[in-house]
Amino acid sequence: MEYFIQQFINGITLGGVYALIALGYTMVYGVIQLINFAHGEFFAAGGYMGVILLAYMTGAGYLETHPFLCIAGAGVLTMAYTAFLAMGVERMAYKPLRYASRLSLLVSALGMSIFLSNGLMLTQGVFDKPYPSELTHGGFEIGPISVGYLQVIIVGMTAVLLVGLNILVFKTRIGMAMRATAQDKIMSSLVSISSNRIIALTFAIGAGLAACAGMMTGFYYGSVRYDMGFVPGIKAFAAAVLGGIGNITGAMLGGVIIGMVEVFGAAYISGQYKDVFAFIIMIAVLYFKPTGIMGENVDDTRV
Amino acid sequence: MAAPLLELQDVHASYGSIKALKGISLTVYPGEIVAMIGANGAGKSTTLMTICGIVQVQKGDIFYRGTSIKGTPPETLPPLGLCQVPEGRRIFPRLTVRENLELGAFYRRERTAIDRDIDQAYSFFPILKERRNQQGGTLSGGEQQMLAIARALMSRPKLLLMDEPSLGLAPKIVQKIFDIIAEINKEGTTILLVEQNANLALQTAQRGYVLETGAISMEDQAATLLDNPDIRKAYLGE
Repeated sequence: MEYFIQQFINGITLGGVYALIALGYTMVYGVIQLINFAHGEFFAAGGYMGVILLAYMTGAGYLETHPFLCIAGAGVLTMAYTAFLAMGVERMAYKPLRYASRLSLLVSALGMSIFLSNGLMLTQGVFDKPYPSELTHGGFEIGPISVGYLQVIIVGMTAVLLVGLNILVFKTRIGMAMRATAQDKIMSSLVSISSNRIIALTFAIGAGLAACAGMMTGFYYGSVRYDMGFVPGIKAFAAAVLGGIGNITGAMLGGVIIGMVEVFGAAYISGQYKDVFAFIIMIAVLYFKPTGIMGENVDDTRV
Repeated sequence: MAAPLLELQDVHASYGSIKALKGISLTVYPGEIVAMIGANGAGKSTTLMTICGIVQVQKGDIFYRGTSIKGTPPETLPPLGLCQVPEGRRIFPRLTVRENLELGAFYRRERTAIDRDIDQAYSFFPILKERRNQQGGTLSGGEQQMLAIARALMSRPKLLLMDEPSLGLAPKIVQKIFDIIAEINKEGTTILLVEQNANLALQTAQRGYVLETGAISMEDQAATLLDNPDIRKAYLGE
């Protein structure tokens, strides 16, 4: 039983990270029907920007004196940087193809993914970059179960971001404009919504969330690597598909499920097949219920 | 006569690879209801979409209140008072009725005035108040048409373009929609009305244009067009 609860906690942690990445896939798909294969690279870019900022802060001695302020500051800057990066990517690689076929967009996304990950490799090197671990190493015990502070922070941060995103999308004027743009771009421009701005904003939000996940992953595993975006990116994509691509609640749910399945699969079936479980789920979803758990019927998405 | 509110000068436009408009010239004066009739595929909807900047003008020019609006992005037009109720209504299906109305006023910022306009829309269309928390996609065709009109009015238009408001509606509801159109016009909104139901459109309008394969084939007072034997034969099924 302790083992089960322990794995459950690990699963929630990992699931939260997947959920944060999956949101970017699903939101971008929602507004421009593109599977943004470069999205995993935003996750990696976030992981790297985080470690660069933290290294600078360590060098200046601030990290020791004000650890939480530094990490929070690095987090905010990292999210902002990655958001701008994503808007740049959208402007360069996707906006010129706004009226092109979806296949052209997809190819452009694949190209952007290779470009960004190679860019990271060229500028940051091929070796792992370590995250400062002293700060986040501790934890506490509840009976036989050990919980890392870091796990609490990751789950807490994820929850805050998910709630914040829900408020933004479902309760604000700008969120309403995002949903309108996702449903009918021509009509939303007729009610004076600039779809270009909404699309840029969607990329920025998705990338910001992925960047936060990238930083948390860096802390959790202790290091980042230039190609770290690939596997989690695809798993998060599986999560978005599982939840119903285009559906925000679905992506959150899908992320948690994929995280859980991966952790429990590794714990109870085989650790070596850890990466397989997410894809088994994706294939099963595509085979049995292509619209995903929360996906809408195809026919009511257009008038 | 007063200065025109809207003027199209020899407008050419393509829809995909098809040349849809081959030199449309038309004028709408403040306070009028102008009807544009024509068969399916004559270019009526394309004309409206071109005025709104969705379809690009290839040749010619469009003037709204004396300034050219050729090439301006569509989202900049509602703040100028130019607004469209598009073909097929285009209600946001997964937004509530209330949210659809709010979006009509998207460019506006004065909260109290917007709330007042929403209340006014509800008193104009009581059914929308009843359904305010329902998703737009769950409304009937007639209700959606009312919502589409109410949404457009939320932007306080000076010129309202309406595309086939009668499409797919029961005759009784069609009559009601046209009564509403006349009332909106009486309250000061100029209307350019595109319709396949030529009879009703010409009865409601003061002037009319007949569109044939992307060009204006006739223009006159609505009453004159209604009496024209060719029109009666071609568009009124006589």
